[in-house]
Amino acid sequence: MKVLVAIKRVIDHNVRVRIREDHSDVDLTHAKMAMNPFCEIALEEAVRLKEQGIADEVVAVSIGDKSVQEQLRTAMALGADRALHVNSDTAVDSLGAARVLAEVVKRENPGLVLLGKQSIDSDSSQTGPMLAALTQLPQATFASKITIDGDRLEVTREIDGGLETLAMSLPAVVTTDLRLNEPRYAKLPAIMKAKKRPIESLEIDTLGVDVTPRQALIRVDIPRERQAGVRVASVDELIDRLKNEAKVI
Amino acid sequence: MSDTRILVIAEQEKGHLSSATARVMDAASRLGGSVDVLVAGSQANEAAQKAARLTGVSGVISVEDSAFDHMLAENMGALIVSLAEPYTHLLCASTTSGRNVMPRVAALLGVGQISDVIAVESADTFVRPIYAGSVLATVRSLDDKKVITIRPTAFEPVGEQDAASVSSEASTGDQGLVTFIDEQLAGGERPELGGARVIISGGRGLGSAENFRLIEGVADRLGAAVGASRAAVDAGYVPNDLQVGQTGKMVAPELYIAAGISGAVQHLAGMKDSKVIVAINSDEEAPIFQVADYGLVADLFQALPELERKL
Repeated sequence: MKVLVAIKRVIDHNVRVRIREDHSDVDLTHAKMAMNPFCEIALEEAVRLKEQGIADEVVAVSIGDKSVQEQLRTAMALGADRALHVNSDTAVDSLGAARVLAEVVKRENPGLVLLGKQSIDSDSSQTGPMLAALTQLPQATFASKITIDGDRLEVTREIDGGLETLAMSLPAVVTTDLRLNEPRYAKLPAIMKAKKRPIESLEIDTLGVDVTPRQALIRVDIPRERQAGVRVASVDELIDRLKNEAKVI
Repeated sequence: MSDTRILVIAEQEKGHLSSATARVMDAASRLGGSVDVLVAGSQANEAAQKAARLTGVSGVISVEDSAFDHMLAENMGALIVSLAEPYTHLLCASTTSGRNVMPRVAALLGVGQISDVIAVESADTFVRPIYAGSVLATVRSLDDKKVITIRPTAFEPVGEQDAASVSSEASTGDQGLVTFIDEQLAGGERPELGGARVIISGGRGLGSAENFRLIEGVADRLGAAVGASRAAVDAGYVPNDLQVGQTGKMVAPELYIAAGISGAVQHLAGMKDSKVIVAINSDEEAPIFQVADYGLVADLFQALPELERKL
């Protein structure tokens, strides 16, 4: 079985995001970029499926300008067999990404598609379910456990009240939650080897899909910061202030 | 705008309407226009009667069929799309169910989705947090039909009215793509994290699962829900559905007490809209003190039992 993993290049999660002075957008110049953490988890799961003999090929795909090849090389250093770069000079939104990925699914015919549950830049959490809809495949979002037996997939999902387990047949689309696994680090020899490996490139406008953005960004703002309040000296003072000043207990 | 027609997709379980529905109604009322509510699943008719009493509801569509239990995306998606035609806006809470179902609906309709809206500027312009809540984006939808998920804690629950009419619609049935196997819910008598008025959360500072009892002791005095930081969840002190933060639950109670939580951005993203924040930490440099209204530098193992005793 072939596993397709979608990878997104995003600002490193440790970087404090700034906005442009004119509030037109966030300012990513010189910001450190990295693979989206949930995509790392998706890739790790795919590599583990290969190590268990369930998957025979892991294909990483990313959409964006040439810079995303950096993350595709990381993916190969971490165990992806092949990388596919869908070249686009402009950013695509979730629906655009899902439409592109649906074309890639048609072409590659994977038994399983893994994506992160959300990217930490847009926090939209849409691409996986949108891809499942466009390919008419079953979906399992927020997966914390994946079990594959032949063409049957059992997925435990993180839901608001706890966990739920769903069964579906493959092919299917699964998005990964934080607790699915602990991604490994790339080893230096693997990083060196991945540098020389070819990356297949596709031009986005050859795919025949409409990737026009569905939303216009009007402005961005930094939320009003909360101010530090007062230090209380004792539990008694805390209770007193919560009762008589804040009136919340 | 009189031509605005909104469909709110409610969640229900065994006839109980989700508490988020009244908050999504608040967001819907800010769009103007008429609002219908869709309730689907086993015992949907019972929950539909409750939805009909929410202020601002024009009509309720009830589809009683077990195919819609657990909000299975494949079945709910097909149902919502079958009903979508007359509506300009489709709204659902950005719970794990809403975030599972609505993007599927949007893609089937060929439109984008606006996720996790915290403010309504107009019928096509919305504010939503990005980058773990460190930036607020104002976005305008360019689609004729708008698919939107609403962050419940950013809105107030609406009140009650004389019941609107409830009608039944035909089920689109089970799409046969997914089978529900089982669920493991972390039940309990304490209030649910999402709707609690008071929350007390513990972090790595508690040191062990046993010590989380100190948190529970205070929670029971206050009638509070118990939460946790990701560090406490990853260390195995509590199950992960208690996690508050970017990758857990977003909460905005009247009082949030953070005990033994340093205050990483990830955690703050989930609770910084609380009305009053209290931090109890032995490290006076902990970043949580920068957002806390009341900070107490103290040893948790003395402060928490004292708090429980004196409340």
